[in-house]
Amino acid sequence: MNGFWRDSGVALAALVLLLGAPLAFSSPAFEDFIIRLSALALFATSLNLLVGGSGMISFGHGLFYGFGAYAFALLMQRTTLSLASAVLLTLFLAALVALLVGAVCIRLKTIYFAFVTLAIQMLFYSVIISWVSLTGGDQGLQGGIPRRVIAGIDINQQGHLYQFCAVLLVAGLFAMRHITASPFGMTLRMIRDNEARAAFLGIPLWRPKLAIFVLAGVFAALGGILASLFVSGAYPEFADWPFSGQAIFAVMLGGIDSFLGPLAGSAILLALNDIFTRLTEYHGLVQGVVILLFALGLRRGVLDFLRVLPGRGEVASR
Amino acid sequence: MDLGALVACFASPACVVTQASSGLIVGLLLFLVAAGLTLIFGVLKIVNFAHGTFYMLGAYIAYSVLQATNSYGLAVLAAAAAMAVFGVAFERFLIARVYGGNVLMQLLICYAVVLIFDDLVKLIWGADFHAMGMPEAFQRAPIFIAGGVVPPFYAGLIVLSLCLAALLGLGLGFTRMGKIITAAAQNPQMVAALGINTTALFALVFGLGGGLAGLAGALAAPVRSLSPGMGFSILIESFIITVIGGMGSIAGALLTAIGYGLLRGFGTIGFPLFTDELIYAAMILVLLLRPSGLFGREIV
Repeated sequence: MNGFWRDSGVALAALVLLLGAPLAFSSPAFEDFIIRLSALALFATSLNLLVGGSGMISFGHGLFYGFGAYAFALLMQRTTLSLASAVLLTLFLAALVALLVGAVCIRLKTIYFAFVTLAIQMLFYSVIISWVSLTGGDQGLQGGIPRRVIAGIDINQQGHLYQFCAVLLVAGLFAMRHITASPFGMTLRMIRDNEARAAFLGIPLWRPKLAIFVLAGVFAALGGILASLFVSGAYPEFADWPFSGQAIFAVMLGGIDSFLGPLAGSAILLALNDIFTRLTEYHGLVQGVVILLFALGLRRGVLDFLRVLPGRGEVASR
Repeated sequence: MDLGALVACFASPACVVTQASSGLIVGLLLFLVAAGLTLIFGVLKIVNFAHGTFYMLGAYIAYSVLQATNSYGLAVLAAAAAMAVFGVAFERFLIARVYGGNVLMQLLICYAVVLIFDDLVKLIWGADFHAMGMPEAFQRAPIFIAGGVVPPFYAGLIVLSLCLAALLGLGLGFTRMGKIITAAAQNPQMVAALGINTTALFALVFGLGGGLAGLAGALAAPVRSLSPGMGFSILIESFIITVIGGMGSIAGALLTAIGYGLLRGFGTIGFPLFTDELIYAAMILVLLLRPSGLFGREIV
C-alpha cells in the first residue's frame, strides 16, 4: 500500500505543478507543448502496458489512438452528447474494438503479433481513407469540435484545454501506474518472462492478456481524444503506421522498464521533432539517424539507463 | 459489388486472359519481394521491416540507370546488384548488432532505415511521382491469347519471375549452398559447429533477399509509378502473403502470391471496393485456423 500513497503523492504534486505553472508564467508555447505531450504520453504509456509490461509488441496500437480521435470528434459533431459523455462513450467503443482485435491477435507470438496488429491498423487506415462521407478521407475530419461549456470549462479555449489535458494526463498515468503495480500487472510480467511457468501455475494466459490489450486500447483512445481536441478534428495520420512507429520509439527512448519512461521519451521526442521541423523539411532523415544512434549506441531508454548507472547496481525490472 | 460482371468475365476467355495476366504480374512481383522476406525470416528469424525500402530503391535505381544508359536489362541488373550489396551492408552494419536482442530493437532499426531512405529518395529524386515508361525493347504489339490482350512486358515478367521461382526452389533444394541455408534455418548453432561460417551465410541470405526485392522494384518500375512511400504498401502486402503462405516457406509464398494476384485481378471487376478487406479477412482467418500459415510446416 506504501507504493500507492507514494504514487498518489507524486501524481498530486505533478498536478499542482502543472495547473500552477500558468499562474507563475504565462507561456502559450509551453501550454501547447503540454497539450501535445499529454496525448502522445498517454498513447506511449498505454503502448508500454503491452510492450514493457506484458511482452506483447504491438505495432498497430495507433489503431486505438486514431479510433479515439475519430470516434470522439464524430460523436461531438453529430450528436448532442456532452463532453464527458462523449469521452466515456468513445472509451467504451474503443474497449469493444480492442476486445475484438485482441481476441484475434493475442494468441500470436512476437513478430506475428506485431505485424498482424499492424495489418489491422492499416485496414482501419484504409477504411478512414476510403469512407470519405463519414471521415473526410485523406483531408481529415474537418469542421471542428463544437464547443460545449460544462462547469465553466470551455475546451475551445487554450487555457481550459490545457487544464483539461493536464488533469487527464495525470489521472491516466496514475490509473496505468496502479494497473502495473497491481497483482494483475505482476501476473502479466510473469507471463512476459515465462509463459510456460505461468501456465503451469494455472493462469489462463489469454484472460490477462486480453484484459491488458483492452485496457491499453482504452488509454490509447484517451490519448486520441486529447489529440482530437488539440487539432479540432481528426486526421488519418493518427492511424497511420509512422505514428505507431514514433510511439514505439518514444517508449524505447524513455525506457521500457521504467513506468515514466514513455512519458520522458514522448517529451524528448516531441522536443526533438519541434527542433527538426524548424531546421529542415527532411525531418524523417534526421529522426532516422537519431533513432539509429540511439538503438546502436545507448541500447536502452534514458530512464532505464539512469537507473543502472554504475554504483547503483542492476535494478530489478520495476 | 458487381458479381454479374464477374460472371460475364469468366464466360469470356478474352476477359479471363487479360485479367489473369494483370493479376499474375501483381502476384509474381509480390512473390519476389515476399520470397526474400520469408527467406530472411526462415534463416535469421528476423522480419525485415525495411524490405519495402529495398524494393523502392531498386525501382529508383533502375529508373536512373535506364535514363543514363537506355538499357533496361542493365537497369534491372544494376538494381538487383546494388540492393544485394545494400542488403549485405544492412545486415552487417545494423541488424547484426542486435541479433538475439530485443525484437523491438530490430523493428526500431528497420523503422529508422525506412524513415532515412524515404527522405533520401525525396532528396535525390524529389517527392513527386515518377513514371519510368515502357522500355523500348517491350514497345511492340501486344500478344493475343484466346482474344485476350497480354502486353509483351507482362509476358516477359511472368516468364522471368516463374523462372526465378523455379531457380530459387531448385537452388535451395538441390545445391550445396541451398542445403546449408535450409540447415541453418533449422539449427544455426549446429551448422556453425560443423565449421560453416554462419556470419557470412547470414549476410549472404540478406544479400539474396535484398537483391530479389531490388529486382522486383526494377521489374515493377515500368508498370508502377515511383514515389517515396511505395515501399511500405508492398511490405504490408508481402507480409500478408508470407503470413498466409507460412513464414519461411518459399512454395507457400509463390502459391499465395499467385492466388493474391488473381484475386486482385478479378476482384477489380467483381468487387473493387472489398478486395483489400477480403484479403485482410483471409489473413485473419488463416491466422485463427492455422497460425503457421497454409504451408508453414516446412522451413525455407
